[in-house]
Amino acid sequence: MDLPTGRLGVWWVIASEIVIFGGLLASYVMNRIGHVGFGDQAAHTNVWAGGFNTFVLLTSSLSAVLAHAAAERGDGARAAKLLRYTTLGGAVFLVVKGFEWTHEIQAGFTITSSLFWSFYYTAAGLHAAHVIAGMVIMLIVAASAARNQHLQRVENIGIYWHFVDLVWIFLFPLLYIAK
Amino acid sequence: MSHEHAAAHEPSGLLKYVWSTDHKMIAFQYLFTGMAMALIGGFTVYVFRMQLAFPGEAVPLFGRVSASSYNALVTSHGSIMIFWVAMPVLIAAFGNYLIPLMVGCDDMAFPKVNRLSFQIFFLSAVLLTASFFVPGGAFGGAWTAYPPLSTSGVYNQTPIGATMWLVAVALEFVAFLLGGINFITTTMNSRAPGMRMFDIPIVVWMIVIASVLFMASVGPLVAGAVMLLFDQVIGTGFYDPARGGDPVLWQHLFWFFGHPEVYVVLLPAMGIVAEVMAVHARKRLFAYRTIVYTAVATSIISFFVWAHHQFVAGIDPRMASLFSVTTLIISIPVAEMVFVYIATLYGGAISLTTPMLWALAFLVEFLWGGVTGIFLGAAGSDIYFHDTYFVTAHFHYTFFPIAFIAGFAGITHWFPKMFGRMMDERLGKIHFWGTIISFNLIFLPLFITGAAGDHRRIFDYSGFPDLNLPYLQNLRIMATYALLAMIAFQVVFFYNFARSLRGGAVAGANPWKATTLEWLAASPPPHGNFPVMPTVYRGPYEYGVPDRADDFWPQYEPAGPAGQEPRLGAAGHGPAPSGAMAAPER
Repeated sequence: MDLPTGRLGVWWVIASEIVIFGGLLASYVMNRIGHVGFGDQAAHTNVWAGGFNTFVLLTSSLSAVLAHAAAERGDGARAAKLLRYTTLGGAVFLVVKGFEWTHEIQAGFTITSSLFWSFYYTAAGLHAAHVIAGMVIMLIVAASAARNQHLQRVENIGIYWHFVDLVWIFLFPLLYIAK
Repeated sequence: MSHEHAAAHEPSGLLKYVWSTDHKMIAFQYLFTGMAMALIGGFTVYVFRMQLAFPGEAVPLFGRVSASSYNALVTSHGSIMIFWVAMPVLIAAFGNYLIPLMVGCDDMAFPKVNRLSFQIFFLSAVLLTASFFVPGGAFGGAWTAYPPLSTSGVYNQTPIGATMWLVAVALEFVAFLLGGINFITTTMNSRAPGMRMFDIPIVVWMIVIASVLFMASVGPLVAGAVMLLFDQVIGTGFYDPARGGDPVLWQHLFWFFGHPEVYVVLLPAMGIVAEVMAVHARKRLFAYRTIVYTAVATSIISFFVWAHHQFVAGIDPRMASLFSVTTLIISIPVAEMVFVYIATLYGGAISLTTPMLWALAFLVEFLWGGVTGIFLGAAGSDIYFHDTYFVTAHFHYTFFPIAFIAGFAGITHWFPKMFGRMMDERLGKIHFWGTIISFNLIFLPLFITGAAGDHRRIFDYSGFPDLNLPYLQNLRIMATYALLAMIAFQVVFFYNFARSLRGGAVAGANPWKATTLEWLAASPPPHGNFPVMPTVYRGPYEYGVPDRADDFWPQYEPAGPAGQEPRLGAAGHGPAPSGAMAAPER
């Protein structure tokens, strides 16, 4: 094979993750199609918060790409800096989500309110767990990249971060927009 | 990810059992954990079979069996034997042990991930075992964990055990996803120079295909398990019809994994049997590529048969017809594989060693399992047979050959490589015949009781006048006695295993005169496996070769006196690039 081993491993990780999110979203879509009125609750979601988060996450992916380019040039210090920017993007995403969820819960929309809200919190929560995991790994990779070690890992964590992005691009319209 | 050349810093003493990244050590850890869990799974079945044969009497070593402890025993037996015995032994133990040795590299692609995989698995096994001792006992909602039975402690009477079971199963899935990533990546990237796609031994193909299949099917169930966990712990209503949820959703998510899971464990078993047959029949495996393609086809079809588990769950009858057809279709590739194996035996110089006996028994017994599956794959007859002992017997005629018969074939065949000693043939044959005969005596009666209407969820038939008949009760007692005999014969195996570790005849590198790469390494292989990394010159099944002093031609031997050119560098077939040796740090 012509794929480096590490990158190949990341792709297989993503393959198994796709099916996990796929099963969850398929269950959501089946419920949504099958039950009249199931999606009415989506009107109460905060589209502006979700939209802003989409923007933040996509922008954080840009610095992941730039970090990869820097790593290709062998500039580990710059790659580390850009990766930390990406991590910051993830942190902003989580903070906004925290405010958003606090607001929803205070308005009485908790995970047990209705099936829609159960899916809303479960799917977004599973995604947020992946954001947190990605941030932790990214900081570890950045620490070694700053010493110019394991530069190929910059690309691998970038691929994973794009996947986390892509999941959100599916989640945002499904949970927020489709009313 | 780096390849560790860990020879210098392999932990010593007891620490190596915790921190070793060597694929062989991890394989042994999986193997012995699986064996230990098999004892627990065997104990649970002993208790509830005793209850069924002698209802209400105190069972030795356990005491009286209540209705809810019966449920917990049956549930634990199913979950343990599938998730904590069949999978760790067939996929993880043999996969870990054989893949690096058979593709000719020094270790897995990601040794630390490999170690993490076992640690997570071990944690899940500990968690499941611990659930026996919590208030209420182990989970009692059947191994399929259907809601609403599994969601509420009011129904299953095991509120803590249910959640522990669910978390343990989820951890087990994570462990096998990590292991599978390793198996696939190693086979793709770390092959010895010259080993092309169709020079890979069948058992490695099968374990890799099974890993891909597991990866592609388990995701929805992981998501479903998260939902079920929230239903149990937080009180969401994903599967609660009173709150808009749907209990059948869980059944779909479960069986979308659960049926491919059958093939996840079948394929490695088929692979082990193929290796054993080729070696002990001294014959080239018939239609090697057909077996690979058939395995792939089986895997793909296995994604379209899951709802045959739900014919009585209120699914659309048109859907039931569809799934009946796909279920009957999937028997074709599996039957084809059996025919190919029989063709491999045809004209071979068969020596009936212990591993060969197990391999032959696998074909016979699995065939019975397959034939009885036809009754259940057709929706019309399944509506009658559903949830009877007929299903149980059919299932055990497939899974017992997969998990135990093929497992014993593999263990007896590779024991000399693993531990450098031969197992005792006479004890091996005693164990073989005792196990096979008693196995059939357990499950043949259960076909009859199942067809008569014995329902799986009844723990005491004395309240059912239609079923509480002497001839049925005698069959139940017969099955229980046969089970006791089978458990007794496993003592022979454990004795043989333990004695041969130290006292068996020294095996040497290649006692079976086999062609694949693992027999080039010393027995047991040292750290790093090979003194000199091997090069592959030919396919894995060159047995019965004329014009050679010996009847076989190993993969690692270049052209001999017969003057055949080695295939390396022939037009269009360069050596496969190897990722494991001297690869740049990527």
